Amino acid sequence: MGYDLKLKIWRGDSSGGQLVDYTVPVDEGEVVLDAVHHVQAMRSGDLSCRWNCKAGKCGSCSAEINGRPRLMCMTRLSDFDPAEPITITPMRAFPVIKDLVTDVGFNYVKAAEVPAFTPTAEQPQAPFRMAQVDVERSQEFRKCIECFLCQDTCHVVRDHEENKPAFSGPRFFIRYAELDMHPNDALDRKKLVQEERGLGMCNITKCCTEVCPEHIKITDNGIIPMKERVVDVKYDPIRFFRRKPKAETR
Amino acid sequence: MSDTERHQYDVIVVGAGGAGLRAAIAAHDAGARTAVICKSLLGKAHTVMAEGGIAAAMGNLWPEDNWKVHFRDTMRGGKLLNHWRMAELHAKEAPERVWELEQWGALFDRTADGLISQRDFGGHRYARLAHVGDRTGLEMIRTLQQRTVALGIDVFMECTITHLLKDGGAMSGAFGYWRETGRFIVFEAPSVVLATGGIGKSWKVTSNSWEYTGDGHALALRAGAGLINMEFVQFHPTGMVWPPSVRGILVTESVRGDGGVLKNSDGERFMFNYIPEFFKAETADTIEEADRWYEDKKNNRRPPELLPRDEVARAINSEIKAGRGSPHGGVFLDIASRRTPEYIQKRLPSMYHQFKELAQVDITKDPMEIGPTCHYVMGGVEVDPDSAQSTVPGLFAAGEVAGGMHGANRLGGNSLGDLLVFGKRAGEHAATYASGLAARPAVDEAELERASEENLAPFDNEDGENPYTVHQELQQVMQNLVGIIRNEEELSSAIKEIDSLRHRIANLTVEGHRQYNPGWNLAIDLRNMLLVSEAVAKAAFERKESRGGHTRDDFPMTDYAYWGKRNLICELSSTGEVGTREQSLPEPPPELAELLEEGH
Repeated sequence: MGYDLKLKIWRGDSSGGQLVDYTVPVDEGEVVLDAVHHVQAMRSGDLSCRWNCKAGKCGSCSAEINGRPRLMCMTRLSDFDPAEPITITPMRAFPVIKDLVTDVGFNYVKAAEVPAFTPTAEQPQAPFRMAQVDVERSQEFRKCIECFLCQDTCHVVRDHEENKPAFSGPRFFIRYAELDMHPNDALDRKKLVQEERGLGMCNITKCCTEVCPEHIKITDNGIIPMKERVVDVKYDPIRFFRRKPKAETR
Repeated sequence: MSDTERHQYDVIVVGAGGAGLRAAIAAHDAGARTAVICKSLLGKAHTVMAEGGIAAAMGNLWPEDNWKVHFRDTMRGGKLLNHWRMAELHAKEAPERVWELEQWGALFDRTADGLISQRDFGGHRYARLAHVGDRTGLEMIRTLQQRTVALGIDVFMECTITHLLKDGGAMSGAFGYWRETGRFIVFEAPSVVLATGGIGKSWKVTSNSWEYTGDGHALALRAGAGLINMEFVQFHPTGMVWPPSVRGILVTESVRGDGGVLKNSDGERFMFNYIPEFFKAETADTIEEADRWYEDKKNNRRPPELLPRDEVARAINSEIKAGRGSPHGGVFLDIASRRTPEYIQKRLPSMYHQFKELAQVDITKDPMEIGPTCHYVMGGVEVDPDSAQSTVPGLFAAGEVAGGMHGANRLGGNSLGDLLVFGKRAGEHAATYASGLAARPAVDEAELERASEENLAPFDNEDGENPYTVHQELQQVMQNLVGIIRNEEELSSAIKEIDSLRHRIANLTVEGHRQYNPGWNLAIDLRNMLLVSEAVAKAAFERKESRGGHTRDDFPMTDYAYWGKRNLICELSSTGEVGTREQSLPEPPPELAELLEEGH
């Protein structure tokens, strides 16, 4: 069942690079990351890529496969025509370090800006009482494996380096949404996410949702409800003052 | 080395999985200047792959559960070779550590009363594992990562420690390199916490990632610390077997905890044929009783599918050898015929996803094909149970890299608890040790020169061997000769093979330059893998009995009188070879020993 696979892999560093052709033997059931490992073991020992779990759980092996942001470990070779070469390039929204490895430091900067979970005065100390139905909405967002493919594909920053300082990106909008929907969190981050984290720059094209390997409904369940909540707070003073306690608004 | 990047800390933590991050938080909270150093990006450590849950006797579903029952289960699961004090501390402190995660924002699945839900797992008398679907490790690492970031602890990502530094007999710091640039870096610190995880990348079929090269085990050996009971390696009963590229990837024990059963090619639930004497009194011997247990634990005994992992792995191995395996050399794990599709997707979303996308199997409709995979090492750095300090002053170890807690076999769910309980203890004691010193230890410049030369050696060879080739050969040796079932002949040839590989790694060649070069990085990691493999093979050779994660077909019985009272310690000789010596196993005090008897 094995065959010789043709690959075009971007090789280079911050000073530039180009696609390099490789041909490696591959087997039934293999994924793109296996092919990259074959290249490392047989053709080019210094080809750089990140990977850890090889099972779609850690979010390390993000790259662009035939132009589409994907996890290399979850992309089966059988999805492609064996006669056609597969092209692998690094994530475009982040600066290249070497080959398929990019500097994803942007995301760690944005992560550090998120005001941490803060328990309410009603339940300041764990163990907390929280109903399953109330934790489930946040749990969807906590499935995020931080592969940063949503950040990579987001057109607000993909080709617009200038937007990065003021824009946290979809991964962090669902982090803010997760905290906002946490049944026992006391902080209100809505104004912050709208005015300083760039939520308003998102025009809900749903590209992020399409590339999410965890199938998190980033736009529908995270960004849009956040935008609605922000609008409630911002433009409706009566509703603002009559707002029910946090736990009952959901 | 005067131009090398240098940093000064009180405590450095090597590794950023559950144990490392918990240790760093504890050291920081104790007032120590603290840094975490990790081989991968923050949040990608092996903990992220843990699926089932954190074992902690909170008693949220079964008020009968308490630390004493958990202590007993842990010791019996470990075939009584555990350090009793570690098992005691773990059982007592795990609930607090779980609530702490909740305090920091973790969102566990809930009971009907709104408390943290707990699930069944192998070897645990009651439903005990705090969990989030089957992605508990992700929740744990994200929570600890977010806490670490919120506290402003320094994190050195994609930075590999290659050498520990000493001043006299005590720690003085660590030396390593940045993956991104290949440049060297020196940490001057009186306290070093090893939290580097395991060693599984030396086997061919493994659930472990590239990081699991036994770095901490090897660093500790070279620093003069002892490794305890390295012969005990856990082969998880259920790894994927098909297609070949995913062979070894973990299938969570939660599948069985949530009702899944093991069947052979005749469709038989074969585990009923493999109930050992040691667990007969607490294991169901009919299908009817086993199936009733999920709902009524008081009047029924545990299904044999939920025996400890060593028992289940050996049983699967026997079925396959007897010719009753599945088409691709495993056996069947069936939950589809036992639970509704909705239940399966709710409880096991990541397994559903993993089989669907990697094997094109719908686990709500069809059984999975599974087989044993190298998963965890029970052996590790010999530590003081209360402080997690090794025999080298200033060197601490927590989590998988530390030994003693799990004895001869670890129960599922006890790893995540171990990381939290002993991570915290290691961090606190490392901080206390550092603040108690009269003077800071000094880094020896000559030691730095030697470390640098050793690391760069592969670039100086013109016609040496490819590190990937040597790695594959090592994996084959360990898989074939130091696997689930062992014997004297195979172990002695493993020791010879490892010795010859050790000579070959002195002559590796890597291409390219130092910047983000996986070939070079592997050449460095291989030294650790070889040293640790030597320790495993030699300890396995010495222990002439079968117990937990060490099965000898030439010594099939468990020897309670002699080996049941002995640890094996591996140490490094002056010529750089691993030697073993016996040490008597500490005995529990009478009030704890009594808990281990039948009927408790």
